[in-house]
Amino acid sequence: MSYLMNSSEILQTIQMIDQQHLDVRTVTMGVSLLDCADTSVERCAEKIYDKLCLKAEQLVPVACGIEQEFGIPIVNKRVSVSPIALVAASCTDEDYTPIALAMDRAARQLGIDFIGGFSALAQKGFTESDIRLIRSLPQALTGTSLVCGSVNVGSTKAGINMDAVGIMGKIIRATAEIDPIGCAKLVVFCNAVEDNPFMAGAFHGVGEPECVINVGVSGPGVVAHALKACKGEKIDTVAETIKRTAFKITRMGQLVAQEASRRLDVPFGVVDLSLAPTPAIGDSVAEILELIGLERCGTHGTTAALALLNDAVKKGGVMASSHVGGLSGAFIPVSEDAGMIRAAEEGALTIDKLEAMTCVCSVGLDMIAVPGSTTADVLSAIIADEAAIGMVNNKTTAVRLIPAIGKDVGDRVDFGGLLGSAPVMPLHEGSAGEFISRGGRIPAPLHSLRN
Amino acid sequence: MKKAIVSVFARDARGITAYVTALLAQQEINILDISQTLMQEYFAMIMLVDLEACPLPFHELAEWLQEKGAERALDIHIQREEIFEAMHRI
Repeated sequence: MSYLMNSSEILQTIQMIDQQHLDVRTVTMGVSLLDCADTSVERCAEKIYDKLCLKAEQLVPVACGIEQEFGIPIVNKRVSVSPIALVAASCTDEDYTPIALAMDRAARQLGIDFIGGFSALAQKGFTESDIRLIRSLPQALTGTSLVCGSVNVGSTKAGINMDAVGIMGKIIRATAEIDPIGCAKLVVFCNAVEDNPFMAGAFHGVGEPECVINVGVSGPGVVAHALKACKGEKIDTVAETIKRTAFKITRMGQLVAQEASRRLDVPFGVVDLSLAPTPAIGDSVAEILELIGLERCGTHGTTAALALLNDAVKKGGVMASSHVGGLSGAFIPVSEDAGMIRAAEEGALTIDKLEAMTCVCSVGLDMIAVPGSTTADVLSAIIADEAAIGMVNNKTTAVRLIPAIGKDVGDRVDFGGLLGSAPVMPLHEGSAGEFISRGGRIPAPLHSLRN
Repeated sequence: MKKAIVSVFARDARGITAYVTALLAQQEINILDISQTLMQEYFAMIMLVDLEACPLPFHELAEWLQEKGAERALDIHIQREEIFEAMHRI
């Protein structure tokens, strides 16, 4: 069926793109590297480079072609790979950094923006390879610019691996001491998903096909614009408006995903229905919460408003796409959202409120700068809290903290580009050292026994 | 048929429609539907066109239209029609 021309609809779409920052945030190609195993890390790295350059060769040209023909910006082109701890398991070398370097080289060769999957899944315990990968993280992330890593430390099914929680605090600290920007490329997960197209947490799960296309949409600015017309209306109208807008945004993502899948001859995986903000003015999730009726994001009422937003985004998006997956919900990164930055700088948004917000949004404590003096134990304790929220609520949670070495509360850290800038936020002072040093595993909750 | 939507935005002036339709004719593009409005002093024209006989590949056509538009201070965009259909039709 052909489109019957309707000028007001066409103008609406064009305005969404031109004035309200509507874009496809990412087309992410997932590539399995499980066939690149080797006993030598150098040979393994070489196989990885060759496979990536072959499989993803057309990704950027195809995405650029779609951008031009449909007139819709595709902000990032990315690749996610099998968790490297699995791929490198038969390597006899201790250090996996050469693999990260090969991934970085391949990413440059392909012209993509990020490559994710320098990852380990350690929710129930470590393999030797998991430990080697985790120890390689500080060097791997600071010695490359496009490689992202993640470690899954807990799940609703397995409980929380407190040894992994303990180590990750030290790893974040060690990474920051080399270069704090490395921490912006490292996510600690509970209930990590296998088909997430968003960085820094993307990896290509073991249940995924050889190669797959996942698309992440965006559009906080479009939702904010639609809500400006809802002033004084009941909250039901707000939810309905968000749903309708999310539907339109997602339909566009679905179209781009199908088109990319067809042109690349790679199966379509999922559309991730996340509202991902950028530091640009008018592309903020915090602004949406304020338009719902909060004087400032972070004040009382923020959690309820975010719960409504998160749910309405999913309900609107789910009918618009044949396969929905990934993280799907609202993201609340601090440094990547102009409204969140302002709220944090004014003191309206605190780490405790952010933690509460992560109970009802799609991810977790994201892109938060903490004082440079923060100890590894404190970082681990924050990870433990966040993982507990994910484990008990059957949802994905994540922690991406940046210890701002040499800086303290009130200072500001600049990351550049989509990563934005963040004020250093205060943390609690009491120690959780004894709790973290116990190690072991927090048992899975009762409701994990569903069979 | 290979359908696309051409949108033209500019400050209103004489001869915009004539100029743009001549450009389209030059590239063997057939106009299927056309609508134009004035929003304050801004001119907005939207056309549904068929590219079947157009000799240029899509991206070259898009660049050419943009260049030719810029010569007369017109903002001319061409997009495949599927994006509008996807967004507004179930």
